[in-house]
Amino acid sequence: MSVPFILFFTCSAIAVLGALLLIIAREPIHSALALILVMVSLAVLYLLLGAEFIAAVQIIVYAGAVMVLFVFVIMLLNAGVEQRTNYSKLAKFAGVPLGLFLLLEVGHWMWRSAIGSTIANGPGALSQTSISTPDLSKLLFHDYLFPFEATSILILIAILGALVLAKRGE
Amino acid sequence: MFILTHLWIILALPLLGAALNGLLGRNWPKTAVNSVGVGSVALSFLCVLELIREFLQIDASHLWFQRYFNWISVGHFTVDFALSVDQLTIVMLLVVTFVSLLVHIYSIGYMAHEGGYYRFFSYLNLFVFFMLTLVLAANLVLMFVGWEGVGLCSYLLIGFWFLKKTATDAGKKAFITTRIGDFGFTIGILLAFWTFNSVDFGTIFSQVASRQVESVTSIGTLTAICLLLFAGAVGKSAQLPLYVWLPDAMEGPTPVSALIHAATMVTAGVYMVARMHPLFSRAPLAMFVVALVGAVTAFYSATIGLLQTDIKKVLAYSTVSQLGYMFLGCGVGAYAAGIFHLMTHAFFKGLLFLAAGSVIHAMNGEQDMRKMGGLRRKIPVTYWTMFAATLAIAGIPGFAGYFSKDEILEAASKGPQANFWLWLLGLVGAGLTSFYMFRLVFLTFFGKPRYDEKKVHVHESPRNMTVPLMILAIGSVAGGWFAAPHLVGGTDYFESWLHPVFASYQVPAQVTQQELPAGEGEENGGVQSSQGMELLRALTGPPVIAAVLGLLFAWWFYIRKPDAAKRAMQKMRGLYTLIHNKYYVDEIYNALFIQPLLWISTNVLWHTMDEKMIDGTVNGIAHISRETGGQVRELQSGNARSYATWVVIGAVGFTVLLIGLWMVR
Amino acid sequence: MNVVPISYYLVLSAVLFGMGAIGFIFKRNIITIYMAIELMLNAVNLAFVSFARAHNQLDGLVFVFFVIVVAAAEAAVGLAIVITIANNRRSLNVEDVNLLKF
Repeated sequence: MSVPFILFFTCSAIAVLGALLLIIAREPIHSALALILVMVSLAVLYLLLGAEFIAAVQIIVYAGAVMVLFVFVIMLLNAGVEQRTNYSKLAKFAGVPLGLFLLLEVGHWMWRSAIGSTIANGPGALSQTSISTPDLSKLLFHDYLFPFEATSILILIAILGALVLAKRGE
Repeated sequence: MFILTHLWIILALPLLGAALNGLLGRNWPKTAVNSVGVGSVALSFLCVLELIREFLQIDASHLWFQRYFNWISVGHFTVDFALSVDQLTIVMLLVVTFVSLLVHIYSIGYMAHEGGYYRFFSYLNLFVFFMLTLVLAANLVLMFVGWEGVGLCSYLLIGFWFLKKTATDAGKKAFITTRIGDFGFTIGILLAFWTFNSVDFGTIFSQVASRQVESVTSIGTLTAICLLLFAGAVGKSAQLPLYVWLPDAMEGPTPVSALIHAATMVTAGVYMVARMHPLFSRAPLAMFVVALVGAVTAFYSATIGLLQTDIKKVLAYSTVSQLGYMFLGCGVGAYAAGIFHLMTHAFFKGLLFLAAGSVIHAMNGEQDMRKMGGLRRKIPVTYWTMFAATLAIAGIPGFAGYFSKDEILEAASKGPQANFWLWLLGLVGAGLTSFYMFRLVFLTFFGKPRYDEKKVHVHESPRNMTVPLMILAIGSVAGGWFAAPHLVGGTDYFESWLHPVFASYQVPAQVTQQELPAGEGEENGGVQSSQGMELLRALTGPPVIAAVLGLLFAWWFYIRKPDAAKRAMQKMRGLYTLIHNKYYVDEIYNALFIQPLLWISTNVLWHTMDEKMIDGTVNGIAHISRETGGQVRELQSGNARSYATWVVIGAVGFTVLLIGLWMVR
Repeated sequence: MNVVPISYYLVLSAVLFGMGAIGFIFKRNIITIYMAIELMLNAVNLAFVSFARAHNQLDGLVFVFFVIVVAAAEAAVGLAIVITIANNRRSLNVEDVNLLKF
């Protein structure tokens, strides 16, 4: 059993564990923390796949900013234990089977896919043929410039939206 | 030849009058309304006179025919708006327009205080229009248009006082009962078209001329056609069993009873039989049925008339009875006699009704004869004219009814299709007619007043009502003299006038026999003595005896010994009740036909079919839509979790679809 | 050399996505539901990166970049909405946000 495998299975186990904790947890703050766990393990997996830039972005932006925001809001709203209201019968009875079905179906086909048999190449734990960031940035700022600028407008809109919503009556 | 080529003018004038009065007359003063109403009929009458003048100048051996435009043209079936004139038509035109004119003038006085004045004259004019269409029509379908139209006007006029339930019921009864007959008539027209490929009289008659006489034992095509057409006549001319509407029709104003239910509409059936004589002559079974129905109705209706107490109802049953005589005449082959009786009947029955109206007007609306009496001196003009008409209808020699009734009974006893039993029925009926008519006169005008003289102020009717009475009285007295020479063995002027009509399309074998009544006198010896013998025989024949007997009995029961009537009534209680209640025919019809029909209509057609099936289906569709909508609506529960679940369901479905497609590929 | 086949990553991605979906359906707290959405987005990111590596192309990574950016913006706005809802309905239960009934 080579190191990549061990690393992979460890990280994926942690990720799945985190996801499970997310679903099972009673308090939202526990779910938030579980999600952070998932994200960190995913970042390691990105590194394993050779996407260093993305791993870094994941940690900095996702786990570092978005999740912090979540934790802020949870603490602000003093979200406590969930009440057990049961208005939706559909969700109650169809929920788990559906999710499981989705999971198994997609997983099954992923497993059997042709592309799946490709071995992720890369030397050692950190692949040698890692993706170079300059190449990525070239792609980003040449071919995908328009979407890039569009997303910056999107962020602007999001900021404005958040501002408007957060202002209380006036 | 102006009118002859423009026959439609005779029709158009009353129609114009009806339209003017009906559409614009509502706000016109009474004089305007009745000028239009009376004027249009008067002009029509003048056109008829002009028509006669022109007609006498042309060769009248065949039907004068005018085609105006094509009305229906569907495949082989063509019907034109075509009018025709022959001697028979002229007789009918004269009767219709003359009596209509007198009734219109009478109505000015009679309806003077009634509401809906303009409506009355409009309907009357419309009626005249339809009746003239019927008479002038040159094909079966146009005649049927007139036939239906007069039925419509009859309905409108019977129910003239439409706020009165008995009146509207009577109108409905009339229309529905005649409808039953009209159904037969329609099938007859269809059968005629199917047989002859045309509904035109000229075409049909020329085709019929080459046909054989049909047998009496089986129903051949011609017999079927004749019987079906006669069914219409049974309804329209109120014979057994469809006579029930005529007595009820007395709910209408008296001028309506006089014009429609005495002189013109009810005679349409007789006219139709006479017009279709080529077919009837070749269908002996149909002719026998006609004569039988006529004779039986004449007798039956006379028995009912004996015991009626309403003055108009007596006259109504009398009309049914006299129509029976007309059909009897046509049924035994004496078409001219039947038409002659039609004409004289129009005069005296019209007069009787108008005079009855005058009596009712004088008695301020009272119609029950038991509450009248001794009116002889108070309303003399009405009395004398009514008495003249009674003499006519009873068949007292010298008056109009005698000549026509005598001819019919003679044909029934000696004519080519003579039948002893029919003759006997007719004879007894004549006696009964005399009895009940004189009973009417004696009860109304003689004896002591049986009403409160202080409360009812009896007054003679105004001039515009009495003058028509007098004119019709002259007709009742003198109208029969056309046939006078016939008494002494000469030719009957009336019959010889109509001879070309009924001699055409004759069945060859019977031509010589048809000449027989006219040539009777020449068979015996010398002319002079046989004339005297003929006269004596004519004046003492059975019909006269029956008439005089009737008069004597009526005098006995109602003037000499009035209690005799009561005692006779008590002795024959059962029979009295039966006849007095008109043999319970209305009740029988109600139980046999009307109640079951109502039951079917209510329970089967209304509740089951209409409510459950049709409404159920339509409402059911709406209900299903609502229910489905209601179910689908619950998707939008406002619950975000169920929305979320639906989203995932959609995603899963989509994924499966994609994977499935990918797999197939 | 990384000998883990790509399908392993993809299966993991599928598993995480499914669990995110279950959480999305099942949880009642709005914020928790939102976090389940984030989990689903992360799973998708993993799939993209795996495919990028499998095809040896960088376009997948660019897309991941955009996903992260959009997720961040979405989180900002979404949480602002959540705060507004919480202030209005005085409850963080998603089933209390039910005014759009028929």
